[in-house]
Amino acid sequence: MPPDSASDTLRPTRKPVFDWQGLLLRAASPLLAILVALLVGAIMLLLLGANPLAAYATMVRGVFGSMSGFTQSLVKATPLLLVGLGICIAFRASMINIGGEGQIIAGALMATWFSLQFRTWPGWLLIPATLVMGFLAGAFWGFIPGVLKARLNVNEILSTVMMNAIALQLMNLLVRGPLIDPAGVAAKTYLPQSERLPQQVWLGRLVPQTLLHSGVIIAVLLAVMVYVFLWRTTIGYRIRAVGLSPDASRYAGIPVPFYQALSLTLAGGFAGLAGVIEVIGVQHRLLEGITSGYGFSGIVAALFGGLHPLGLIPASWLFGSLLVGADMMQRAVQVPSALIDTLLGLVVLLVVGSQMWSRRLATRRVIALARKNAEAQP
Amino acid sequence: MSEIITSAVLIGILTSAIRLATPYLYAAIGEAISEISGVVNLGVDGIMLLSAYGAFFVALNTGNLWLGLLTGALVGVAMGLLMAFISVTLKAEQGISGIGLYMFGLGLSSLLFKTTIGTVKTVVGFQPVRIPLLSDLPFLGEVLFDQSLPVYSAFLLVPLAWFILEKTTWGLRLKAVGQTPAAADSLGVSVDRVRYIAVCVGSMLAGLAGASLSLALVNLFQENLTAGQGFIAVALVYFGGWRPLGILLGALLFSTVNAFQLWMQVLGVAIPSDVAVMLPYLLTIVVLAFTVSRVRGPAALNKPFERGEH
Repeated sequence: MPPDSASDTLRPTRKPVFDWQGLLLRAASPLLAILVALLVGAIMLLLLGANPLAAYATMVRGVFGSMSGFTQSLVKATPLLLVGLGICIAFRASMINIGGEGQIIAGALMATWFSLQFRTWPGWLLIPATLVMGFLAGAFWGFIPGVLKARLNVNEILSTVMMNAIALQLMNLLVRGPLIDPAGVAAKTYLPQSERLPQQVWLGRLVPQTLLHSGVIIAVLLAVMVYVFLWRTTIGYRIRAVGLSPDASRYAGIPVPFYQALSLTLAGGFAGLAGVIEVIGVQHRLLEGITSGYGFSGIVAALFGGLHPLGLIPASWLFGSLLVGADMMQRAVQVPSALIDTLLGLVVLLVVGSQMWSRRLATRRVIALARKNAEAQP
Repeated sequence: MSEIITSAVLIGILTSAIRLATPYLYAAIGEAISEISGVVNLGVDGIMLLSAYGAFFVALNTGNLWLGLLTGALVGVAMGLLMAFISVTLKAEQGISGIGLYMFGLGLSSLLFKTTIGTVKTVVGFQPVRIPLLSDLPFLGEVLFDQSLPVYSAFLLVPLAWFILEKTTWGLRLKAVGQTPAAADSLGVSVDRVRYIAVCVGSMLAGLAGASLSLALVNLFQENLTAGQGFIAVALVYFGGWRPLGILLGALLFSTVNAFQLWMQVLGVAIPSDVAVMLPYLLTIVVLAFTVSRVRGPAALNKPFERGEH
């Protein structure tokens, strides 16, 4: 899929004007997709015997009706944004990273082990060190499929799915074995969770009495950095070139496999960070289900944000809200949250399905603009 | 080790291996048909889940296993139509479409399971049918000829698929569409129609894979019952080099590893179950690493066809 619409490269105007029309056009198809998904959701709610209007009202009230709901939506947006950034980088190099779940686990496992191991370190040292270590662990989990793709042309979708399953089993093993909470062992409950992490590694609260932690700021800053990286640095340029045309890139002397592997490694790193932040920002320990499916919902957010780091910021907040609303809905109208998982899948299908349509519109618009320009010139 | 693996255990492992190969065979042969026409369908796991649920639900409520199997196949066709519409008619990126289909199937099967069944229930699944004379053979008889009907038909599918792909016009058309769609198009073959049929047949087989899982292998349904078997099936297509016989070998390799780890757990061999469960996934990566670079797939794989672009 060509990630950039034609309007980016062929813009015929001389003055750099902000392209509102183009932005609207690009936002139109995802927004339409979510509208259709909500419509299908309404039908499914009806079939399940719930009032769709009441259910959706509960969702909206759940997010905007209280400070806790609103901050919770930002808390959930944080891992979505981080995972999405990784998916965005990979996608720009035409690599599809389905390994978010495994990479989150890798980051979370590393964060837990590292911060427990070095619990005597002061917070100003331990927090950044834990973040870096978690990034590296996630990056390693992305590096393996990356290298397999680069060296042996192994389909990265399949290998990342397998890496997810492996990470999940690894976590199950560790959290019941070496990392198990000694308190749980002493009390003979044997809960599959780790010991509580040292307090100095917990991320600070932005709003007292809520779960909102400083990880959200880290994520937004990183989104801006990824944007600068992809569009203002040579490495970023090459990653995008590899994605747009591997043949042309090879001809231009860019080592295509290297950048493919690099993009998957970076993608893993960002998902790993999401894992670290879930552990040190939200749960303060490792427990089963630490990923909450963010590895998959991050893909949806990334697609929705047009695979653009800045587009991802509103997109992940939207999906964060959707997840919070879904929780509320589940409690209020007794509809399983699997409904939202179903709708997320549908959103993916609708977004990719409508891309041909928006691509055609964009092409038509560029041709029209070019014609107008040609007429304006003598 | 040697005193653990007695001949009774060996027969047990191999009998399970034949049984466990069933969903892999249906799903991977289906995926191969779809891929030979040029469409990668990564939603196999989602299709399997929804079909396994549908088949189980119908069998649970009607008591009719055949009706359940039929439901599984029909759910597969419906999901195939959805996939074909998005990837063939709308020409969407196939990898992401498949993941969307997977998420949709996973979510919907969990949703329906929770709302219509609720707790884990079991059905009396397809029973083994002894084949006269052959099942009396020592060793082989028990392993091969004392299985249930969905298992036999999965193995019969291998020569059937080979025959259709290699010896019929339809198989030839399928290959032409997957190799050089533009040439096939210029000879009057409708690329879109062939791909629709291939994706739907492939998805129907994925549906049978799911149904065989819930009605002939484990005889129950639970959330995420397949645990990624659909993705392994896609990997088997690469492993088998898009040939039914290769897929058969791959399916047997995986099911034997699976049967082995299950039996080791039953026998209480001291390997952590998490490590044992990890084995098939690790094996998939290793197998992919050693096969993918050597075989060449259909040339137009993963490429939407647009008339007049070539």
